[in-house]
Amino acid sequence: MGSYILKRLVSAVPVVLGLTIVVFLIMAMIPGDPATAILGAYATPENVARINRDLGLDQPLPVRYFIWLTSLLQGDFGRSYSLNRPVLDEVWERFQATLLLAGASFVICSILGVAAGVVSAARQYGTADKAITFAVLLGISIPSFFLGMMLILIFSVSLGWFPPSGMQGLAYLGGGGFRDVAHHLVLPATALALVALGVIARLSRSAMLEVLRQDYIRTARAKGVDERGVVWRHALKAAMVSIVPVLGLQAGFVLSGAVYIEKVFEWPGVGRMLVDAILQRDLLLVQGGVVLVATLYVLFNIIVDVIQAMLDPRIKT
Amino acid sequence: MSAALKLENLTKDFPVGKRMFGPPRGVVHAVRPVTLTVETGETLGIVGESGCGKSTLARMLVGLLSPTDGTIEIEGAALDNADPSEFGRKIQYVFQDPISSLNPRKTIRQVMEAPLKHLHSMPKARRRERIAEIFDAVNLREEFLDRYPHEFSGGQAQRIGIARALAAEARILILDEPVSALDVSVQAQVLNLLARLKAELGLTYLFISHDLAVVEAVSDRVAVLYFGAVVEVGRAEDVFRAPRHPYTKLLADSAPVVGRDLKAPEGRETELPDPLNPPTGCAFRARCPRAVDRCAAEDPPLMEMGSGQLAACFNPVPEGEAAK
Amino acid sequence: MTTLALIARNRLALWGGIVLILVILLALVTPWLPLYPPNATDPSIKNAWFGEEGHLLGTDHLGRDILSRLLWGTRVSLAIGFASAVIAAVLGAAIGIVAGYFGGRTDNILMRLIDLIMGFPYILLALAIVAALGPGLMNALIAVAAVNIPFFARNIRGVTVGIAHKEFVDAAKLAGMGHVRIILTEILPNVVPVIVVAASTTVGWMILETAGLSFLGLGSQPPDPDLGSMLGLAKDSLITDPHVSYPPGLMILIIVMSINLLGDGIRDALDPRLRSGALSRPAAATTVDRRGAAPAFRDEGILEMTDLSTEFRLKRRTYKAVGGVTLAVKPGECLGIIGESGSGKSVTALSVMGLVASPPGVITGGAVYVEGEDTVGMPYRQLRALRGDRVAYIFQDPLATLHPLFTVGDQLVEAIRVHHRVSDKEARAKALELLKQVRIPNAESRIDSYPHEMSGGMRQRVGIAMALANDPEVIIADEPTTALDVTVQAQILSLLSDLRRERGLAIVFITHDFGVVAQLCDRVAVMYAGRIVEEGSTSDILRSPAHPYTKRLIACVPELGEGKRALAAIPGLPPAVDRLPDGCHFADRCPKARDVCRQDDVALMGQGGRAVRCLFPEAEVPGAPEAVPGPPVEAEPITADRVEAAQ
Repeated sequence: MGSYILKRLVSAVPVVLGLTIVVFLIMAMIPGDPATAILGAYATPENVARINRDLGLDQPLPVRYFIWLTSLLQGDFGRSYSLNRPVLDEVWERFQATLLLAGASFVICSILGVAAGVVSAARQYGTADKAITFAVLLGISIPSFFLGMMLILIFSVSLGWFPPSGMQGLAYLGGGGFRDVAHHLVLPATALALVALGVIARLSRSAMLEVLRQDYIRTARAKGVDERGVVWRHALKAAMVSIVPVLGLQAGFVLSGAVYIEKVFEWPGVGRMLVDAILQRDLLLVQGGVVLVATLYVLFNIIVDVIQAMLDPRIKT
Repeated sequence: MSAALKLENLTKDFPVGKRMFGPPRGVVHAVRPVTLTVETGETLGIVGESGCGKSTLARMLVGLLSPTDGTIEIEGAALDNADPSEFGRKIQYVFQDPISSLNPRKTIRQVMEAPLKHLHSMPKARRRERIAEIFDAVNLREEFLDRYPHEFSGGQAQRIGIARALAAEARILILDEPVSALDVSVQAQVLNLLARLKAELGLTYLFISHDLAVVEAVSDRVAVLYFGAVVEVGRAEDVFRAPRHPYTKLLADSAPVVGRDLKAPEGRETELPDPLNPPTGCAFRARCPRAVDRCAAEDPPLMEMGSGQLAACFNPVPEGEAAK
Repeated sequence: MTTLALIARNRLALWGGIVLILVILLALVTPWLPLYPPNATDPSIKNAWFGEEGHLLGTDHLGRDILSRLLWGTRVSLAIGFASAVIAAVLGAAIGIVAGYFGGRTDNILMRLIDLIMGFPYILLALAIVAALGPGLMNALIAVAAVNIPFFARNIRGVTVGIAHKEFVDAAKLAGMGHVRIILTEILPNVVPVIVVAASTTVGWMILETAGLSFLGLGSQPPDPDLGSMLGLAKDSLITDPHVSYPPGLMILIIVMSINLLGDGIRDALDPRLRSGALSRPAAATTVDRRGAAPAFRDEGILEMTDLSTEFRLKRRTYKAVGGVTLAVKPGECLGIIGESGSGKSVTALSVMGLVASPPGVITGGAVYVEGEDTVGMPYRQLRALRGDRVAYIFQDPLATLHPLFTVGDQLVEAIRVHHRVSDKEARAKALELLKQVRIPNAESRIDSYPHEMSGGMRQRVGIAMALANDPEVIIADEPTTALDVTVQAQILSLLSDLRRERGLAIVFITHDFGVVAQLCDRVAVMYAGRIVEEGSTSDILRSPAHPYTKRLIACVPELGEGKRALAAIPGLPPAVDRLPDGCHFADRCPKARDVCRQDDVALMGQGGRAVRCLFPEAEVPGAPEAVPGPPVEAEPITADRVEAAQ
C-alpha cells in the first residue's frame, strides 16, 4: 500500500503541472493589455511596470509560464493589489474557513447520503424509499443559495436559533471558541450538505440496486446469510466500490457549492474571496487562489483513490 | 488443389501495462509463430481452450488485427496491411454471438446492403436482386429484410450473419465459434446449412470451436492450438482417434462421452501457464505425463508423425495407443 | 413514438413535462403580455408587498415590477441553461465518441485532458474563465458549458468503448465501411439515447449553475434580470423584505424540478434494463402465490417436488417458466435435469430454496419437500436456516457467483458461521479442511486469495467447498461446468462424483449436455418448455428414449470419434413460454404429431420412476401408451418452410 500511495503522489505531479498550465492559459485569454487588465482599477504606472516585470509580460508565452511556475514553486504567488497582502497568506487563511464549512458538510452528506441510499434500495418502493426519493428530488432541484436564504428566514429571523452571518475568520476565533464556531456553522453546513446529499443518496440507491441483482448476492442468500447481512455486508461493500469515486467527485461539488453559501452567510471563505477578487479585477489573487485550491483538491482525490484501493483488491497496488 | 490461405510464422504480441510513451511493461504472446495452409475447398478446424489464441488468429486473418510478424497469403496474394475492406472481398467472418453481430438499430436490409454497397459499389436495383438470391440460398424469407435484429432467434440471426458474409462474395469464410451460442437442437440447422453452402458455392472454411465433436464432424483437417501455438495438425478422423501430442490426447480424453467412465484424465490439479511469464521449452510440459528433459530446454517444432499428421512433441504418444 | 408513450405512462414525468411546457410557453409569450417594462424603476413604491399598487408580485428595491422581471428572467435562464446543455452535450459527445472509438493514444491524450479539467472543483474553473473573460451572461454560459464537457465526454466515451468492441462494428469494417461512416451510422445511433439521457438529467443542473453565477454577480449584469441575479439582489434585503426572494427562488425550483422529473422519465424510458423491470431489488425469497392446498408429501425422497409451478410476471405478459414439475431425489442419488435454454431447468432448481428473483418470479403452485417439510410459503427465517445448511447450491459462473471483495477464506467462514456458532478460528480451520477436500493445491496460501486471483477451475472448487461447508443433504448444481474448459470440466466432474460417493450426497445436476449426464447421473429428467417430458434411469433414456424430443435431441449431439458427417437437427424453435400452445408443447416440431396431440394436456405417464409425456412414444414404457416408433432420426436437409415452421 505504501508504494501505491507513493505512486499516486508521483502521478499527481503532472496533474498539478497541467492544472497550472490550464490556469495560465485561461488567464492568457484576457483580451487587451494584460497588465492593465490584471490590475484593473489599480493600474497605476508603477504597478503596471511592476507586474510587467514580475510576470515577464514582454516575454513569449512559454517563457512567461516558466517564470510564473518558478516563482510559484518558491512560494511566491504574488501580492494582492486590492488587499495589499501576499496572495498565499490571504488564500491560506480563507481556505481554512472554507475547509471547515465544506468538510463539515461533506461528512454530513456522505454518511447520511449513503445511509439514505441503502435504506431506499433495501426498501425499494416502500414508504421510506418514496419519502427519500422525494426529498432527494427536492434537494437536487433547489438552488443551494435559495435554500440557505430560506434557512436564514426560518431559523435565524423567525426562530432566532442560529445567527444568519457574522462568522469571523478562524484566525480571530479567540473569543467565541468552539461553541461559537459550531453555532455559526450549523445553518451554512446544512444548506451545503442537503444539495450534495441528494446526489449521493441517488447514486447509492442505484449502485445498491445494481449490486443486489448480481449473482454473488444470490450466492450469499443460497448460503443462508440473512437479509441484514446481504444488504449491509455483501451488497454495501460491493456498492461502495462505485460510491467512493462519486464521493470524491461530490467533494468537488461541495467545495463549489461553498462559493454560493459563503456569499449567503457571509462566511469568510476562499469562495467569497475569489468572487470579490473577480469583481475587483484582482486577477493575481484569482490565479493564486485557483491554483492552490485545485492542488489541494488533487491531493484529496489521491486519498479517495487510496481508500478505493483498500476497498477493492482487484485494483493493482 | 491450390492454397486458399497460407499463413507463415504469423505472430501476435499484445503489450501489457501500456504507457503513454516508451515501451510497455510486458508482452503477452497471444499467437506464437503459426504456419498453416488451407487448401481451396477444404474445411480446416481449429480447436483449443479459452485463451489459446484462436480468436486472435482469426481476427488477424480478416485484417481486424495487424500481425506483429509473419505473412498472410490469400488466394496467392499477400495481404498483411490490416485493412478489413481490402480483406473483405476475399475473406469474411462469421461471428460467435449472432445477435451482437447485428446492429440493433439497423434493419436486416441495411445490414445486408453494406458489403454490396461499400465493397462492390453495386447499384440499388442490382443489390435488391443479389440480396434476394442470397436469402434464398440460406433459406431466409425476404420479408425478414425489413425487420430489426431483436426480432430473430439465435439460429435465424446466425443465418443472417452467414448471409452477410456471403454477400461480400468472399470465397473464404472464417467461422469463429459459429454455433456455440446456440442450443444443440438448433446448432445442427446452422452446421448443415454451412455444409450445403460450401458444396454449392465451393467455399473454403476455417472453423474455430472449443467443441471437439463439432469440429470433428465438420472438418477435413484439424489443428489443435495450445498457448498460442499449433501443437498438432492432421486429418479430422485421425487427430482425436489417434492423437500424437499429449495435449490432444488430454482433450480427447476429457470430452464427456456417453458410455465412458468418469475419471479425471489428469492426475494432478493443474493450471495453465502464466502468459506474462511463459515457461521455457514446451508450454505443455508442466501438465504433461510424457515430458522428458529435452522438453524444458527446447520448444518443440511441428514434426511429421506419419500419414500427414504433424505434432510438436519430442516424446509423442505412440501410434497404437488410441484415446481411452 | 413508443418512447414518448413510455414517458407519458410515468405520471411524475408527465406532470414534469406539462409544467415545463407551461413555463416555456409563458417565457415565449412574455414579450406580448401586458407587463410593466422589466427595467422601469419607480422609487415611490420600493419593495412593495404582493398585490400592492397593481404589482401582482410586488416590486424590488428599485421599485421594479417583480412579475415582469420574473418572466423576462425566466426567458434568460431557460435559454442560457438549454444552450449550455446543448453545447456541452455536443462537444462532450464528440470528444467521447472519438476517444472511445479510436482508443489507444488518441483516447489516452483526450482523456488525460478531460481528467485535467475534472481535476478542478468545477466552480474554480468556471470562476477562472469568468475572471479572464469578465463578468457577463455570455461568459457565464461559456464557463458553465466548458466545465460540463468532461461529464459528457467521459460518459459517452464509456458507452462508445462498449459499442466499438461489439461484433457488428467489426462486421461493418469487413463490409468495407470507413471510420467516418462507421461512427455516423453504426456508433452514433446507438449512442444518441445515452446523450439524450445525460443531457436531460443535467439541464436542470446547468440552469442552477448559470443562476448561481448570476447570483454571485458574475452572470447577467444590471439592470437586465435573470433569476439568479434577482435572488442575488433579494439577498441584500433578505431580512427586511424576504418576499422579494420568493418568486425567483420558487421559479428556479419549479423549472429545475420539472426538468428533473421529465429527465428521470426519459432515462427510464430509454434504459432498456428499466423497461423490463430488471432493476428491481430481488426479494429475500421468491414470492409465493399458491392457489389451492399444497400437494401431500409422498415420501419418495429427501428432496421432493410435486407439481411445482413458477411464473415470471411482467407488466403485460406472464411467462410460465416452470409448469408443474414433479421430481424426487433420494440420499446418495444423482438426478440430472437436462434441457435447452428456456426449458425451465434452472428456474426449477432455484425455486427449491426460493431463490428465483422476485419480482418478477412467483411460485404459483405445488410443493417442495425437504426432509418432509414444505419450503414453498415457509416463513423466511425457517427457509434461511435450510439454505446452505440442508440444501446447498453450486452455480454456473464461479467468477460472478463469488463475492469479488472477500477472500475465499472469509466467504467459506461466513458460510459456516451463519449456521453454526463456532469461533472464527475453528471456522477457518474447517474452511482450510474444505479447500483441501476439493483438492485445491496450496490450500494454506489460497485461503487468503481473492476470487479474481484464481483460475476458473479453482474458483469452481471454492464454490463446491462452500456448498459442502455444512454437510448438506442435498446439493443443487446449476450448470456448474458450463463456463469451464473441457479439461477443467473433467476434473470438476470427477471431484463431484467422488464427493457424492464419499458423503452419500443427493445431487440435482442441471445441464444441457448429454455427455455429462451420462457420466455422472443415475437418473435423468428431460425438460421442454417448462415441463418434464421424460424421466427414467440414465441408461434407459440414452438407450431407448421414449419421447420424440428426447430421441431427436440425443441424435443432435455430435459425439467424438465418428468422423466428418452431417448432423441431425430439430426443425423450428421451442414455443415461447408466455404463449404456450394447447396440448403437447412439442407438437409443432414433432414429425409424428396428430390432431389429438394438440387438443388436451398430455400427462406424464409411467411407473417406477420411468415416465413419458407422449401419446405415441418411441419406446415401450410401462404405464404409458403403446409405443409407435417413428422413423429413424437422420440428418436431413433443411427446407425453408420447416425451419420457419415455428415462427
